[in-house]
Amino acid sequence: MEKGQCRLEMDHISKHFGGTHALDNVSVRVGQGEIHALIGENGAGKSTLIKILSGAYTKDEGTIQIDGKEVSINSPLDAKNLGVAVIYQEFMLAPDLSVAENIFIDKLSEKGKLINWKKLNQDAKERLEGLGFGNISPQKKVGSLSVAHQQIVEICKCLTHNARILILDEPTAVLTVAEIDKLFRLIRLLKEQGVSIIFVSHHMNEIFELCDSYTVLKDGCFVNTGKVKDVQNDDLIHMMIGRELTQMYPERNAKIGEVVLKVEDLNAGDRVRNINFEVRSGEVLGFSGLVGSGRTETMRAIFGVDKKDSGKITFLGETVDFKEPRDAVRKGLGYLSENRKTLGLLVNQSIRINTTMSSLGKVTKRGFLKHKKEKEYVKELLSKMSTKYGSMEDDVSSLSGGNQQKISFAKWVSADCRCIVFDEPTRGVDVGAKVEIYEIINSLAEQGVAVIIISSEMTEIIGMCDRALIMAQGRITGEVGREFLNEDTIIKLAMEG
Amino acid sequence: MKKDHKAGRFLLDNNTYIIFLALFLICCLISDKFFSYLNLRNILLQQAGPILVALGMLMVILTGGIDLSVGSVMAVGSSLTAVLMTQFGIPWIPAIFIALAAGTVLGTFTGMMVAYLKFQGFVASLAVMTIARGIAYTITNATPINLENGTLNTLSSKEFGYPIIPIMFALIVIFVIIEKYTAYGRLVIASGSNVEAVKLSGIRTQRYILSVYMISAALSTLAGVFVAARSNVGNSTIGEGQELDAIAACVIGGASLAGGKGSVTKTVIGALILALIGNIMNLLAVPAYPQRIIKGCIIIAAVLLQVLTDKKED
Repeated sequence: MEKGQCRLEMDHISKHFGGTHALDNVSVRVGQGEIHALIGENGAGKSTLIKILSGAYTKDEGTIQIDGKEVSINSPLDAKNLGVAVIYQEFMLAPDLSVAENIFIDKLSEKGKLINWKKLNQDAKERLEGLGFGNISPQKKVGSLSVAHQQIVEICKCLTHNARILILDEPTAVLTVAEIDKLFRLIRLLKEQGVSIIFVSHHMNEIFELCDSYTVLKDGCFVNTGKVKDVQNDDLIHMMIGRELTQMYPERNAKIGEVVLKVEDLNAGDRVRNINFEVRSGEVLGFSGLVGSGRTETMRAIFGVDKKDSGKITFLGETVDFKEPRDAVRKGLGYLSENRKTLGLLVNQSIRINTTMSSLGKVTKRGFLKHKKEKEYVKELLSKMSTKYGSMEDDVSSLSGGNQQKISFAKWVSADCRCIVFDEPTRGVDVGAKVEIYEIINSLAEQGVAVIIISSEMTEIIGMCDRALIMAQGRITGEVGREFLNEDTIIKLAMEG
Repeated sequence: MKKDHKAGRFLLDNNTYIIFLALFLICCLISDKFFSYLNLRNILLQQAGPILVALGMLMVILTGGIDLSVGSVMAVGSSLTAVLMTQFGIPWIPAIFIALAAGTVLGTFTGMMVAYLKFQGFVASLAVMTIARGIAYTITNATPINLENGTLNTLSSKEFGYPIIPIMFALIVIFVIIEKYTAYGRLVIASGSNVEAVKLSGIRTQRYILSVYMISAALSTLAGVFVAARSNVGNSTIGEGQELDAIAACVIGGASLAGGKGSVTKTVIGALILALIGNIMNLLAVPAYPQRIIKGCIIIAAVLLQVLTDKKED
């Protein structure tokens, strides 16, 4: 790369925590106005690298140069002053403040000045228009915006500090197809303005669509770097997981049997209207559609989390009305929520406690815990799901995303459910762990469990499901059998209504 | 290097016990009156009540709540037992049980507001704190009630082997078992970690939350009875500020006010640490007002240690 064009050079960066190398001699270069993909499985060291660049961690060895000058980044403030900004999956926004207040949050604290609200809102509006999002009102509370718009506000906020290097950590994970399109347009606009972008994503298609160059990390080590146009999808996956991935969606050999769950004319609020479907034992049924189309709400209503307005639910041939999740779990219906951190796991409790949460009955006798039995049980279950962990007494938050997800799975797998709903089962999970999760789902179906998968990833629905229902605006707009499942059909049905 | 790390880890994990031992040794060294049967027995007799209150508080804190009403409920326990005995002629043992039931009703009231009406524990127990204190004043006319010898003070009498102390130890053992060996204890802790996740796992979290406030109130009532037994006086003014000592004991014992983290044995030790500090300063004739300053500083030091322990875990 020519001198002067290179915006960021991270050379021979190392970082260790205790005895483990989180990063070992890793180098990354990003040019001016370049979109650079940072690729690797969970635990490969991407987050550590980003945190070093943003000042959350300090490096042990190596140098960082920005625009040819060596810099030292010891705190988030240093990073900000150097024009480095990170958009994490969890936004750094104050939900109860307005859009304008969030964008200019550091100006609000300037000493001895009164705030000129009119000007503040005007400036915010101009900045949003500059990004092509003039439809976001500066006076609105950030908490009332959609996730996609919150992300735009976050980006806009970073750009007011003249960010030269923008790092996007899995920005598309929470967006719908249409929203991803808009985000990509914005990223390309920023690229034209000369901003250098580091893009982290588990989705290969996004990398090929958007990025100019890439760096692959594995187990904290540098694997390869180059131009995206010079590689194939399979090459990248191979570099990332260090082996050939023969089959993304493993074969399933399940016998489809009797109806387990039947839902008739279910209504609940605006997002669940006249829902009718059934799922059989051994079957994997997909629920596709845009985020907010009512898929999660439908399941929450069935599971007894939210109130139903009307409708009939038959479970194992018996008419049921689950008033609270406990009723559903007792009958054998499990629901893995889409957000494992806030609704799924007890992040500050041990792996052991999390694993047996829904099935304490198996390791207790008259209300008393059998510790030895519990340990054996957890060990066996987790090894069956090839979960990697240090000690089962470690906090579940010490695990990588993929392994955390397996723990949330374990909770339901161990609860002997006859029907399990998996809401976004592979969100934030790397390719290797995804395959393992699909294998767990397949083995459940093979044991005769009726499986429902809610997913925003169309390839996942197409690859995994026997049948898929597509929802739009609270209604089911279509049902597609396995042989007819393809992206065009799904998108068409998802945009209906 | 690795060994060092392990040793450091052990020290940090058990810092509550180590602080206690160190403090105990220091007390032995600086006052020859400290390590005597009489003094140690008195500490246990005095602290039985506060320790029970701290255990109840710990249960509430484990769920992520807080119970400010414990001191006032103690006053209800003390006053009501005395009133039942003197004005209604009820023998002392049934009187205790009636008072316990009444105290538990107050806890049920707090717990209902928190579990079902989604009040914050702070607010619900603040209201009940005022109500309970008012009840204690009302039923006693805010005057101390002297009790007959040989009735309630049997609980702290030498002839019966100071029953307060074995009762306290029995309850501590029961709570250790609840914490470590029952599904109930597990689910209380789980509810404090992430109540939504526990609910979605098919557990009726409201019941667990309600129950801890009931337990806290029952233990506080009993603590009030203990205080009345020692002085043989029913008193509506006892327990002022006891909630703060109880919270301090939990926190010194490593509990997190955010919920999901805490230990029964360490909380007991935490209460004893506070007791030792008070005791040694009395023996050294430190005046009461500076005592408070020193106590506050020691709480800060203990919490600082907890913060450092947490950092190490990251």
